Amino acid sequence: MSGSLFQYSRAADINAAVTQGSRAGAVFLAGGTDMLQLWKAGTIAPEAVVDISRLPLDDVAYADGKLSLGAMARLSDVAAHLEVTRSHPLIADAILASASGQIRNMATVGGNLLQRTRCPYFRSDGLACNKRIAGSGCGALSGENRQAALFGASPSCVATHASDLAVVLAALDAEVEVFGAAGPRRFPLSDLYRLPGVTPERETNMVSGELITVIHVEGASRFAARATYLKVRDRASFEFAVVSVAAALRVENGVIVEARLAAGGVAPLPWRLTGSEAALVGRAPDAQAISAAGNLAVADARPLAHNAFKIDLLRNAVIRALQTIGYQP
Amino acid sequence: MNAATVETSGSPIDEQAMERATVALSLTINGRLHDVRTASSATLLDLIRDQLGLTGTKKGCDMGACGACTVLVQGRRIKSCLALAASYDGEAITTIEGIGTLEALHPLQAAFIRHDALQCGYCTPGQILSGIALLSEKPQSLEAIREGMSGNLCRCGAHPNIVAAIAEVAGL
Repeated sequence: MSGSLFQYSRAADINAAVTQGSRAGAVFLAGGTDMLQLWKAGTIAPEAVVDISRLPLDDVAYADGKLSLGAMARLSDVAAHLEVTRSHPLIADAILASASGQIRNMATVGGNLLQRTRCPYFRSDGLACNKRIAGSGCGALSGENRQAALFGASPSCVATHASDLAVVLAALDAEVEVFGAAGPRRFPLSDLYRLPGVTPERETNMVSGELITVIHVEGASRFAARATYLKVRDRASFEFAVVSVAAALRVENGVIVEARLAAGGVAPLPWRLTGSEAALVGRAPDAQAISAAGNLAVADARPLAHNAFKIDLLRNAVIRALQTIGYQP
Repeated sequence: MNAATVETSGSPIDEQAMERATVALSLTINGRLHDVRTASSATLLDLIRDQLGLTGTKKGCDMGACGACTVLVQGRRIKSCLALAASYDGEAITTIEGIGTLEALHPLQAAFIRHDALQCGYCTPGQILSGIALLSEKPQSLEAIREGMSGNLCRCGAHPNIVAAIAEVAGL
């Protein structure tokens, strides 16, 4: 046994989950693929583990242009779902680029979105990390920061968010439904995550005891014909992104009428490239427009000592993703 | 720790604390029902190996990276080192001990032998179970097999032969 001891309980229903999960020292367990790693590494030491994996929140449904992904749906089930592969291939592509076959059979949609950063200073007991031990400093800021953020970081934390799924959901304007003591809430995925600022330990705007119940993606099938997820990583499979790009276009009469671009591996949260999106609309998807979008994507980048290579990588990833979907007939 | 220390620590409160730190589980493993009490914090891997003595399932990295601990739950492959045992109460699990017999190997086991798909053999139980699950997902190409097996590492470097063995059974 590598981690600390804890009590285990299985939540009988969602109200019991909220009650049990609100207690000090309690954490939720869904697929367990991130939670058990954090516990074994000593990054977290829960007193109580509340198992929510059997709550009836695993439905994947599509009707009237609205896709809903239950928070407890396994990633492999989502990626294999007919309406995901047919109408939302971007979601299936991002999931199949994530982790390994075994992990995708365990990991859930909600857990994937709430996974903690892979920053080695956060995951290694004994190293400085403001996210893990308040006031201990950010070891990555002046240390090994090859994986660190280009955007949205602060002197307190330069870690990136590791989810592939979150990047495509950000591009598709997904919404998150949560449930807690105050009942259900629904808000854009962009409001789920927080920038580190001076409180890097607060990664989301969820409150104690709240859990994600459903992810909503509406009207996104219009991008099905021109969408791609490009993940650049240090090895071809079972690896986190160094940089990733989710790109989706709608083209009418040779002109881009809608553009969605989000980047992963470059910020503390999935990073929408709104400047590039705005510059593409109204133009033909030609080399000039795509090159301009690539340059705009990195205009505000703030590199550290070891991650400046990500600027070129992101610019080129944006260009390649747009070439892939832009030059189609 | 001497006997006196053990006795003084055995107060009713401590027993209650012990009770809270354990869970009673009922698991079907390779078709046989096991009723066990185990630590709340035990992984499925530790339960299978240390408590039930089924040591065919291997512990490699213990962090979800290497795949040596792969088992099947209702036919789907998972990493048992990242599975909390308590969470799998009531499930049907297949370990390598439930695959084939000496007299009648599973077709993938026989293919591993034909293709020399192992050297030290430590990763092999996980490779076989992962490969069986991948075959049920019907991979259509060698590339799909390589991608589908990326969750199982072989430090001896038998990957090309492992892919060849799976491809043969898949009919590719």
